[in-house]
Amino acid sequence: MPRFLRYLLPLALFLAMAALLYRGLSIDPRFVPSPLVGKPAPSFSLPQLENPQATVSNADFSGKVSLLNVWATWCVSCRAEHSVLMQLAATGAVPIYGLNYKDERPLALNWLQQFGDPYHVNAFDADGRVGINWGVYGTPETFLIDKRGVIRHKFTGPLTRDIVQRELLPLVQQLKAEQG
Amino acid sequence: MPRVILAGCLCLQLIPALAGVEMFDFNAQVPEQRYMALIAQLRCLVCQNQSLADSDADLAHDLRVEVYEHMQQGESDQQIIDFLVQRYGDFVLYKPPLKPSTYLLWYGPFFLLGIGLLLLARNIRQRGRLAREADKFSPEEQARIDALLADKPRPEDKEV
Repeated sequence: MPRFLRYLLPLALFLAMAALLYRGLSIDPRFVPSPLVGKPAPSFSLPQLENPQATVSNADFSGKVSLLNVWATWCVSCRAEHSVLMQLAATGAVPIYGLNYKDERPLALNWLQQFGDPYHVNAFDADGRVGINWGVYGTPETFLIDKRGVIRHKFTGPLTRDIVQRELLPLVQQLKAEQG
Repeated sequence: MPRVILAGCLCLQLIPALAGVEMFDFNAQVPEQRYMALIAQLRCLVCQNQSLADSDADLAHDLRVEVYEHMQQGESDQQIIDFLVQRYGDFVLYKPPLKPSTYLLWYGPFFLLGIGLLLLARNIRQRGRLAREADKFSPEEQARIDALLADKPRPEDKEV
């Protein structure tokens, strides 16, 4: 082995290792990529939060780009996200469906009355079974669904104004431009 | 009799030790051992470093119920695992599956071990060669040895 390699090789290995580990520092271990992205939205049929006699199902998503936001009144970051959803709803860019997850109806209705209602309609998932079918593991989660009812993106954690402006809205425009 | 009661009370203390265990009705269809083995190899997505068996998180509770009910419906372990992987991804498994994206994870250590063994073998062979060379005398040394052996005793040796 040439003499200079003997010194350079370990240095190169060290730098490669350091770069790899440094990158690891900026990855959020809480983020679990969803295998549902690119797949049709799991079918469900649930009573509406607002009207227990009426139902919401995945058939409601067909023919338009829509969001499904998973939320609960016991979820602290949902409270932080709520004003962002209100703003997004006010722009009318995309209808927001809600999945009220493992919540109590009076509490949820009270929340919407108190903080405003950004949702087109809410599905009431009392026991969280639909949540499991959608791979929900930490509220809030937001699914972006295309015109054919296929999940195209999943946002885990609270949406922020920044995420909405830089990621969500461009994606919505892109999906709207697609053939239904 | 008091001893029996005492023993019974002590046994009750074990209940909280079984973190977040639901009261399931185990039977031939859902043997407890099979259920326990299955939830021990599934990861709780909220606590991440705990299995469904260990975790007391709300989601872990829901997923345990889900697993139990699937078993009750007669599904195999693999069917239940597939059900969860379809929804939560490979992350839900403690043991990652073998596929192209995990080759490095599974084979990487053996690859590194191989490199280590190669270097070790090279090193041993090199040391052997050096040792053998060290045993040999240089021509000058050999000449001096020959001279000494052939020579009559030196003056200083005589005095002893």
